[in-house]
Amino acid sequence: MTERVTRLRQQSLDRKPTLSSERAELMTAFYREAPAAPLPILRALSFQYLMDRKALYIEPGELIVGERGPAPKATPTYPELCCHTLEDLDILDSREKISFAIDQQARDAYRDDVIPYWRERSMRHRMFGELPDAWKHAYEAGIFTEFMEQRAPGHTVADGKIYEKGLSGLQAGIDRELAALDDLHDLDAYDKRQQLKGMRLAADAVIRFARRHAEQVARLAAAEADPVRKAELEQIAASCAWVPEHPARTFWEALQAYWFVHLGVITELNTWDSFCPGRLDQHLYPYYKREIEAGTLTRERAKELLQCFWVKFNNQPAPPKVGVTAAESGTYTDFSNICNGGLKADGSDGVNDVTYLVLEVIDEMRLLQPSSNIQLSKKSPDRFLEKACEVIRKGWGQPSIFNADMVVAELVRQGKSVEDARCGGTSGCIEVGAFGKESYILTGYFNLPKVIEVTLNDGYDPRTERQIGPKTGDPATFESFEQFLEAFRRQLQHFIDVKIAGSHIIERMYATLMPAPFLSIITDDCIKNARDYNAGGARYNTRYIMPVGPGTAADSLSAIKYHVFDHGHVTMPALVKAVRDNFIGHESLRQLLVNKTPKYGNDDEYADAFVSLLCDWLFTQIDGRRGPTGSVYHVNYLSTTCHVYFGSVCGATPDGRHACVPVSDGISPAQGADRCGPTAVIKSASRMDHARSGGTLLNQKFTPALLEGAEGLDQLAHLVRAYFKLDGHHIQFNVVTGDTLRAAQKEPEKHRDLIVRVAGYSDYFCDLTKGLQDEIIERTEQKEF
Amino acid sequence: MTCATWTDPAFLGIPVAEGRILRIERFAIHDGPGIRTTVFLKGCPLRCAWCHSPESQLLQPEFMPKPERCIRCLGCTTACPHHAVQPAADKGPIAPDACDTCGACTQACPTGARELVGRTMSVDALMAEIERDRIFYDESEGGVTFSGGEPLMQPAFLLDMVRSCRASAIHVAVDTCGHADTGALLEVARDADLFLFDLKMMDEERHLAYTGSSNVRILQNLERLAAVHSNILVRFPLIPGVNDDDKNVRETGAFLSALRLTRVDVLPYHRAGMAKYDRLQRPYPLADTQPPTADLQAHVVRLLEEYGLIVRPGGSS
Repeated sequence: MTERVTRLRQQSLDRKPTLSSERAELMTAFYREAPAAPLPILRALSFQYLMDRKALYIEPGELIVGERGPAPKATPTYPELCCHTLEDLDILDSREKISFAIDQQARDAYRDDVIPYWRERSMRHRMFGELPDAWKHAYEAGIFTEFMEQRAPGHTVADGKIYEKGLSGLQAGIDRELAALDDLHDLDAYDKRQQLKGMRLAADAVIRFARRHAEQVARLAAAEADPVRKAELEQIAASCAWVPEHPARTFWEALQAYWFVHLGVITELNTWDSFCPGRLDQHLYPYYKREIEAGTLTRERAKELLQCFWVKFNNQPAPPKVGVTAAESGTYTDFSNICNGGLKADGSDGVNDVTYLVLEVIDEMRLLQPSSNIQLSKKSPDRFLEKACEVIRKGWGQPSIFNADMVVAELVRQGKSVEDARCGGTSGCIEVGAFGKESYILTGYFNLPKVIEVTLNDGYDPRTERQIGPKTGDPATFESFEQFLEAFRRQLQHFIDVKIAGSHIIERMYATLMPAPFLSIITDDCIKNARDYNAGGARYNTRYIMPVGPGTAADSLSAIKYHVFDHGHVTMPALVKAVRDNFIGHESLRQLLVNKTPKYGNDDEYADAFVSLLCDWLFTQIDGRRGPTGSVYHVNYLSTTCHVYFGSVCGATPDGRHACVPVSDGISPAQGADRCGPTAVIKSASRMDHARSGGTLLNQKFTPALLEGAEGLDQLAHLVRAYFKLDGHHIQFNVVTGDTLRAAQKEPEKHRDLIVRVAGYSDYFCDLTKGLQDEIIERTEQKEF
Repeated sequence: MTCATWTDPAFLGIPVAEGRILRIERFAIHDGPGIRTTVFLKGCPLRCAWCHSPESQLLQPEFMPKPERCIRCLGCTTACPHHAVQPAADKGPIAPDACDTCGACTQACPTGARELVGRTMSVDALMAEIERDRIFYDESEGGVTFSGGEPLMQPAFLLDMVRSCRASAIHVAVDTCGHADTGALLEVARDADLFLFDLKMMDEERHLAYTGSSNVRILQNLERLAAVHSNILVRFPLIPGVNDDDKNVRETGAFLSALRLTRVDVLPYHRAGMAKYDRLQRPYPLADTQPPTADLQAHVVRLLEEYGLIVRPGGSS
């Protein structure tokens, strides 16, 4: 690592996140004086207003320029989506984890200016005014979460067109569509014109933002005494004057071009999962190859540029969340998850020299952001997997590993062309997407164990003291397991319907109230369709529901069947009572349920069948349903930190889990339930049909001792290859010891650098809540002894 | 790692006692090449003072309670038809004459505190367990390792298993102490792909003192085996104060240098088995022995290498 990168990296690590009111103030000023204009144009003009006025920041020595806020980690807010209250600001400022320092100026601006204007105009406020009681009651009970409650849809990834065409090339496409509009025969022509004009203005906003940087950097260059830095600054100024308007000419310009587009997307709206370059190694390789051959770039310089690029991601914490959103996603990371390897459009192996370079960058940088993964195909060379495993073994949670062949299979099953599927990958945590062509919106997590609890209570939620589901009968009177299953299936169906009904409202509200013209330009086929990203303009429009806790739910079903109906160890009334009592006074029964129940994760067909059954039902109840913008629903299995939140609102469960402790994460077995080692976990996890999902998440924790030496590395690689042969989607490894984690809990100041894999991402262990820390320690250590 | 399904009461119903199995460990990656399933057969002719697996020594099933798990629910005492047991937390002895290891107490125990180690299993049932991880063997060029105890204590069963694995194209390793019937050993050698052969020390009297048996047959067996089998990995457990002296190491090197071997692994003594003695309520014979230092290990490796052997330090036994 060069001295420059070492310094930039350390600065990024040392900076504390702050809340910046700059964007909120600018938006308020714009909207107070807003011109009369159709909505897409109004949004584009507000975006121009921001990009023309926001403060610029150039870090000494940096090679890639541009920040989202007025300084690194100065994080903007989006009052048009979610207007924080003064109380929210106090919580953000003072809470122990994931806090944002807020100064008096920002507080005053919020009190006097931002809150009075946006309080009743924000999407969040309007949304909660529209959603029906059945939705709100289920939401408050913790049956599901809602992604668009504080942040905008987004959940998408760039493809290669921004490098090849530049924004001017995309504007030329807009102009062609504008010229072709036929007001006589196309009855939507007026609307389309406003959409296209809005997109054009939005592209101008980002081009002008880049030019402002060019001018600022040129001024710095003129004043620079050091000739080496002066030359660098002149080069940066020239790049910023050229990209992202025009096609990138060099490796360096390609990175700078992406970065301006990235800032455009995440400044326009607070998109979930921010934005991501996706298949970065594929996009950069042509530039890299050309310049290496021409002798205008060295491998070392390319690496330094990539490392400077990495720092830029780490400088942008996820904008402040509160309430349930903070609980379901309690992290600074904003889920930009760079793919490496995979396949090319023609189906051939995509691993190239930049792939290996990026792996070295991941290894050396060890930053929270960006997240990274490898896309491993059966065609990928073993060397690629080995190099990745060498990094994984170091134990800070990156990169995670995806099965590129399954990613393609899943996308094709959903209806994507095979070429679009091969040029896609995964983003956020584990979600598959056709990069640059798909809007794949995560609508919210769904609490499977909570539905078990509600079923055990005849549709009543003991915590919120409301009848939230249908009356499906008192389980104490059930005489067969099938009766319980049927009651559970009906509750599941009810809450999925409630969730989707709410999502329809939210989807329509975003489509009509909150266009995203800049994101639309870079997502095919919004220009061709002259329709906004949020209104179904993309080539593919997908909505996901993410069921959480299949392990805990399956173990609970297994416990009921095994102990009550198969073996008569306990009666249904006694089990229901023990669960309602949170097992207080029923410890012997709880031990039986914990220790003597066939559980998911042990290659035990009895228990695994329940996960398959759940997945079947969820697929049948969700997959293929239509949203109001022409979107199609699918299922995927990830939990971010939501398994902790869902556990905290869920009473005890028949698997012996106490009330309020976390439920299982992703498709991983319940914490401590897997006792037959990693091969058994993999066998169990592969019994569900991954091809019918949009991604699954499997977490495995290893102690370093297990993976020592060349043999340990080989076996890790073999484990991955075998899981992928069994059509698994994704696996990730935590390589740490429980002792290390406990020590970090006791003395966080000594372990601040300890990064662990949480769910679909890694996080600093010391930034996690105590509950989540405990949960990670609890996850079965796959020890070999 | 003890598999949960293994202690599941469902397994207690297996009728035909063909093999006595201690446990089955999946994702074993230190018992031969690749990802393996190691089948530990119960029963061993030796009583090594440093044994880290004392529960493997007897052929019969035995109790290995985990007192820290016991919640004193008294399920076990109620279930026992012979009134032979007390709650595991009390650490009291089981009445040996009354207990017929019927397993009623382990079934009744909700916490797993009362664990019975040792089961009988048919060849078919064991093959089915082994087959579970076939995809991992295929991927990693792994397979199955028969260990113990001493797998050759049950020669007919072992031979059946080795032949079944061969017929199913599963790579087989046999981990043996060498104290076995020579004919059985050579018969197994016809179908086993790899031997992990433990060689503890060369002096017969000390061997007798530390393991309860002479090493004459062990040394002879290793010579006989090396004459017919081309893939033997000798494992030398390095135990300070027992077999780490230069004389023993040199004699070992000299003996092995005359044989056709794949490799010699020097396995440092560790104390991970101590807790098991506690659970079995037996004294731990080497209570004062510490693991060898890195310097000692390096020294022993160097000495052995002087005899032209391929030696690998470290690893776990």
